[in-house]
Amino acid sequence: MNTPDMNERVTRRNLLRNLGLGVAAFTARPLNRVMAAAGEPLHQPPTEFTLPPLPYADNALEPHLDARTMEIHYGKHHQAYVNSLNAALKGHANLLSKPIEQLLKNLNDVPEKLRTPVRNFGGGHYNHVFYWNCMKANGGGEPAGDLAKAIKKKFGSVIAFKQLFSATATRHFGSGWGWLVKNRKGDLAVVSTPNQDCPLSHGQIPLLTVDVWEHAYYLHYQNRRSDFVAAWWNVVNWDAVAAEFGRQ
Amino acid sequence: MTHQLPKLPYAQDALEPHIDAVTVGIHHGKHHQTYVDNLNKLMPGTEFADATLEQIVLKAQGPIFNNAAQVWNHTFYWEGMKPNGGGEPKGELLAAIEKSFSNFAGFKEQLSKMSVTQFGSGWGWLVLKKDGVLAVVQTGNAANPMTAGDVPLLTCDVWEHAYYLKYQNRRADYVTSWWNTINWDAVAARLNAAKKK
Repeated sequence: MNTPDMNERVTRRNLLRNLGLGVAAFTARPLNRVMAAAGEPLHQPPTEFTLPPLPYADNALEPHLDARTMEIHYGKHHQAYVNSLNAALKGHANLLSKPIEQLLKNLNDVPEKLRTPVRNFGGGHYNHVFYWNCMKANGGGEPAGDLAKAIKKKFGSVIAFKQLFSATATRHFGSGWGWLVKNRKGDLAVVSTPNQDCPLSHGQIPLLTVDVWEHAYYLHYQNRRSDFVAAWWNVVNWDAVAAEFGRQ
Repeated sequence: MTHQLPKLPYAQDALEPHIDAVTVGIHHGKHHQTYVDNLNKLMPGTEFADATLEQIVLKAQGPIFNNAAQVWNHTFYWEGMKPNGGGEPKGELLAAIEKSFSNFAGFKEQLSKMSVTQFGSGWGWLVLKKDGVLAVVQTGNAANPMTAGDVPLLTCDVWEHAYYLKYQNRRADYVTSWWNTINWDAVAARLNAAKKK
């Protein structure tokens, strides 16, 4: 159920999409950061990372992803990554003011003692924003247009792609993420990353992700990760994936 | 050889209220069982077909290591707990802890920290080092301190499946409660056995 506030959020997000800014741009821009106080010029750089609004209600992805899981996942786990990232980077205004993508793409430019916190907490922040934006109420179905063509060209068929993606996500050992990415040559690939590692740090462009940390599904699915991944396809926002694909 | 799931050394609800019966039931009956089943599927035709579990943990890599080590780690975890556990160690174990960590409270704090801060899935451990000193370490996913030459004495499972149904994101609360289940006699017996080797 969308509250007026949620509708406003969604509209704002769609507006950004239509402007060609896409998911990643949305997550990177100062909209998601603490803005300069009222009266100060808007071009003030952000002073810390903040948790962007969930683009739908906690219960919007039921029955596939239950409301309690979403509430804790977003409100506790994601919030904790944002808090830990800010705590780790405290006093480093030059890093706190950068888009998270830029830090993750250039991990080696981050001072060595801050690299692990940026990789873990910054990755945790970026990956979760990306994950939320990959899903929507009444999602699922099939990709269309150029995205569908590229998937069929690379994997043979959408079904074959889904099987590979599901198997990769399900078999990933331990905490991590399953991804559809575009690599440096522009080819699509299915990969998994451990913990909060982000494909951006490997020169890959994320297009779609599923969270396979146990916290993403344990309350509803317990040890049955494959059931969670099978259900998750029903909430995929293919328009968002297509927008990422077209933008890059 | 075919590996078997060891019987849980107590009832599923024996660790209540610290670790709930549903969690123990799924953890032992599903997760631990799956590692055993996967290992048995992976073994035939490999150099590890006739090896003991410990030999596999010490030598294997990849999926065989992951499943074998998870079988070993879980058995070790279950045996390190008991109903009405907790309290403080005694005798030689306590003396060894006090020698290595200044005091018992300091040790508890350090092992709790190791367990809580392990990023992602993994384990917190009390180990005996080659030089006879006790230490606390953390390992990711299935990793086991034996491969580094340490002797495990006690472990806390911090995969989310070990605590999520009851504690969700509050791993620190789970670790605090876990101390109330420790079987110190088992830990003391492990130290004794290690010293005789």
